[in-house]
Amino acid sequence: MAASTGHQPPPFFRRGLPPSAKLTIYVALSLALLVGDLQMSYLTTLRQGVAILTYPLQIAAATPAEFARNVSNYFNGLISLQRENERLRADRLQSAKQLLRSSQLEHENTELRGLLDMRARVKVQAIAAEVLFTARDPFSRKVILDKGGNQGMEPGLAVVDAAGVLGQVTRVFPLHAEVTLLSDKEQAIPVLIERSGLRAVMFGTGSGLTELRYLAANADVRVGDRILTSGLDGVFVPGLPVATVIRASRDAAESFGRILCLPIGGVERSGDVLVLGRAGGLPQRPAEEALDPRRTAVGRISQRHEPERAQSAPHAASPPGASASAPVAMPPARAAVPRAAASASVAASSAPRAARSSAASAASHSAAQSVSQGSAQAVDSAPKGGN
Amino acid sequence: MMPTHRSSRILLPVRANFITISLIVALVLHFIPMGRFYAVPDFVALVLAFWCVREPLRVGMGTGFVLGVIVDVAHGAVMGQHALAYVLLAYASTVMSRRLLWFSPGAQALHMVPLILMAQLVMLVVRMLVGGRFPGWDYFFSTFTTAALWMPVHFILLIPQMRPINRDDNRPI
Repeated sequence: MAASTGHQPPPFFRRGLPPSAKLTIYVALSLALLVGDLQMSYLTTLRQGVAILTYPLQIAAATPAEFARNVSNYFNGLISLQRENERLRADRLQSAKQLLRSSQLEHENTELRGLLDMRARVKVQAIAAEVLFTARDPFSRKVILDKGGNQGMEPGLAVVDAAGVLGQVTRVFPLHAEVTLLSDKEQAIPVLIERSGLRAVMFGTGSGLTELRYLAANADVRVGDRILTSGLDGVFVPGLPVATVIRASRDAAESFGRILCLPIGGVERSGDVLVLGRAGGLPQRPAEEALDPRRTAVGRISQRHEPERAQSAPHAASPPGASASAPVAMPPARAAVPRAAASASVAASSAPRAARSSAASAASHSAAQSVSQGSAQAVDSAPKGGN
Repeated sequence: MMPTHRSSRILLPVRANFITISLIVALVLHFIPMGRFYAVPDFVALVLAFWCVREPLRVGMGTGFVLGVIVDVAHGAVMGQHALAYVLLAYASTVMSRRLLWFSPGAQALHMVPLILMAQLVMLVVRMLVGGRFPGWDYFFSTFTTAALWMPVHFILLIPQMRPINRDDNRPI
């Protein structure tokens, strides 16, 4: 009506859409973002773009904090520096001894492997990086590294410090990268127990500790056992120290023991880290016929959706019920072997169901045992082409 | 109680640049790495709510959404988590702005507590649905530190709009 009479309302009264309409629009947009990020991972480009804008601000915010830390270090004085220098010298001597020996051993190993006609061990490439700061997301455990895609970082690489594994690179931006720590609730890593050689999957608990899941209550795990990476996922280099068992409780009421571990690396501390990856391609997967036929029933969905599953494999490797953004993300080229670990963890995760169904006929304890044997076989049959 | 009209002292119009700069400063403050110390106030929510109350026609849900996406990316959170919380916060502050301006800054800070608590609860619910871990009850400390900062922020952000007081008894206002 205002338009027909030629009168416009004064700008004072023009308020655009009513607030409720705006609210609906923006809430819908946010929910779309949420779903898009979690379910479809379409938003990588948007994230990369915004990250380029925010990174300078983050650095601007982080620099004074670091400066303050450095100043306090500076005034800590000569004595602590000297002490540290002494310690480092001793360390260096120690590691030089080991290094000399290891180069000789490596040489010998190569020759012996050549004699035995075995595959050569995978070569490892490393990028040195520094932890810039802890990501301020109270719901997850992540840190930011100062190296990004421009320096050759890729999602999926393993992050270690001098003592052991810290976590895995999960998001790579041009100038920085996000690392999900071992203690994050959604981080999983295939491991083996050094003493017994038992294979398992380790998950974060979200509170600084990690947990070995899906091990039978009578599994051979003791307090103090060291846990190493098994390398079955094709991402982590095998044999890196990961954690020490600090509690192994066995409840007869449950099929699985509850085994808590403390990471060996300085997972909750910051400092210099090394980002490790496998140089060169992965070994070929063994032929399908060579696999245990039971695995098709338990661990694999079907043979027909091969290319599709190659992409979804990183998600399958995450704990059951975790979101699609689970940080066990691997680049597609590496997704071939992780499927073995994935199917192993799926086999393990289907164990409770099997245990429940057979509880009527057998004691739950023996059922769990047999199921865990089944999943152990699934794991066993996987790495034959590995090394 | 009669309103004293101290709050409706005539202010200069806000410059758009000042709003932008204050929001950027809030972002930088919010990006300061504090590790696992949860009592750090959410500066972005605070400044956003302040401008939504003071300038509801210029700063609103759109600003909240953009800021939310930026914070999501910087924190490595799920995209849309902060965006959703800030949009709801901006809506609530915009709707309440007429009423809030009648109160003293201290009372306004009290009004802010439920709004910021709501924003934090929204984020908590979103992350728990997605499978995050519960960060513990100290997660909610930040609500109260944020609300406590309302008064200093109220003072600082109004300084550029303050007209120098030269009283003229003959002027009606």
